[in-house]
Parts: sequence; C-alpha cells; structure tokens
Amino acid sequence: MKCGVVVFPGSNCDHDCYHILKHIFELDTEWVWHKDSADLDAFDFVVLPGGFSYGDYLRAGAISRFSPVMKAVVRYAQKGGKVLGICNGFQILVESGLLPGALMQNRWQKFICKPVFTRVESTDTPFTSLCRERPILRIPIAHHGGRYFAQEDTLKAMQDNQQIVLKYCEPGGTVSEASNPNGSMDNIAGVANEKKNVFGMMPHPERSADPLWPDQDGQLIFKSLIQSF
Amino acid sequence: MLAKIHVTYKKGVLDTQGQAVHHALTDLGYNEVKQVTVGKYMEVHLKGLSEENAKDRVREMCEKLLANTVIESYRYTLSPTE
Repeated sequence: MKCGVVVFPGSNCDHDCYHILKHIFELDTEWVWHKDSADLDAFDFVVLPGGFSYGDYLRAGAISRFSPVMKAVVRYAQKGGKVLGICNGFQILVESGLLPGALMQNRWQKFICKPVFTRVESTDTPFTSLCRERPILRIPIAHHGGRYFAQEDTLKAMQDNQQIVLKYCEPGGTVSEASNPNGSMDNIAGVANEKKNVFGMMPHPERSADPLWPDQDGQLIFKSLIQSF
Repeated sequence: MLAKIHVTYKKGVLDTQGQAVHHALTDLGYNEVKQVTVGKYMEVHLKGLSEENAKDRVREMCEKLLANTVIESYRYTLSPTE
C-alpha cells in the first residue's frame, strides 16, 4: 500500500505522519512537495498534515489551497481518492471547498494544546470504520483556529448525510458545552465530504499512534483507513 | 488605482475578537459602546486598469482569496493613486 504526505512550507506535523505511516504501519510512504502538481493516482491515500502552512497568513489554509499540489489533491479527491486532513490539513480542505464549512479562531482566543475526548458519530466512513466497538477516542488537539462553523442549511445537510464524523465529548462520551474546547458549532471536531472519501479532523491522530506512547487511540483512524482497501 | 478593502464577519457569525475588544472598552469605562466588530483592512494597488475593470478584478480577488465567503463579507472602494 502506498501513501503520500503533502509538505507545504510551514507544515510541522509532516514528519510525525510520515513516521507513523512508514515505521509503525510499514506503508510505502512518500513525501509530496507543495509545488508538485502531478497526478496522485499512484497513491492509495494522501495525508495533509498539520502545521502553519504559509504562516497562516490571511486565514489558515487560504494561501495553501492555491498551491500547485492542491490542484492535484482536488483532482484526486474528485476521482474518489482518499484524503485525510489533520489540523492545518483540515483547514486547507475547508478553504479549498473539498469539505463544507469554515474553521475560525478559537472561541476563547487561545492556542489550545491538550488531549481531548472525541466521540465518533459515524463509523460509516473509511476513516472510522474500526471505531464501532470503541467510539470514544482520546486524541490531542493543538490549534488556534479550530472553531468549526457552517451555515444552518449546510449543517442540516451534513447531519442528514452523516458527514459530521467526530464531536468533542466528555470522557464518558457525553457531548456537552463543557467538553467543547474551542467553541465549535455542535462540538464538531471532524467532518467528511458527501462521498466520505475526504475527511478532516482538528485532533492529531498521528500524535497518539506510536506504541511507545500511552495514548494510541489515533491508531484507529489510520487502521480504519488501511483496512478500507 | 487603489482598492481599499474591508473584510468582516457575516451577520450570525460570532466575532470573538470584537467581543473581547468590547469587554475591554467597557472595562475602561466606555459604557456607551454597543458593539465592536474586528475585521481586516487591505490596500491593493492596481496598475493599468480602468475603474470598471478594476471593480470586476477586485471583486474576483475578494471572492477567490481575500474573503472566505462562508463566514466573511467584503466591501471596497476604488480611488486613483497619486
């Protein structure tokens, strides 16, 4: 199985993603440079990692979405290719229009870096199929702009189509105001596109997927993806 | 030609910075403040365009890049550069 990790100027979780895919899951993993607009068809899936691409100038993801590689990512996704966007990767996916909604500055203005609990709302995606038995994941977040927003009609359509995949919750799984770290609408932590081949999430599964760490819930996201083939 | 562009959140989108600034002004005793909106201001200098063309081009720039129309609205003025 072959996968690609996209590198933008300012990506800083690219090596973590590469490490998990290459050394923990032993996949044939390659870097994809942001200036490369060549077809990505050789990959089984592509990851847009976290970081601060283009310094988050203007808006997080606003400039990256016009980089040459994103033209290839859009083509790839439109053909059904599986794309996982993590944190800044998620921000780029909403800016590019591959995912609905927008990600705004956190409700309480602060950069938040801590482990949070999320509940898998839909296991009917290639990214979460293995979470049926264990729907509550403890995965760290690290962001300043993770407040998810969508217009009412968009949100309704997403609910109807089960595109809201991850929600911030309490350790026991209750989705509450208190467990919402950034003020996201409806506690949303991760969403998929209509066809479920593109998925973006603010928490960092690659930071909780190495067996050396006590937290390994992030493995379920990667394992689901690998098993979807 | 100089385009002066303002980008602000749409109605119904929570402007957390505006709220924080509002609180700070209230703390300073400015109780007459009813609402604060924080947005972005950009100046784009254009060359070789008629005003009519500039209007279209600036609108396109706003729609494509300068504003995220899911959450933001934009307005701009055009003036000749000295």
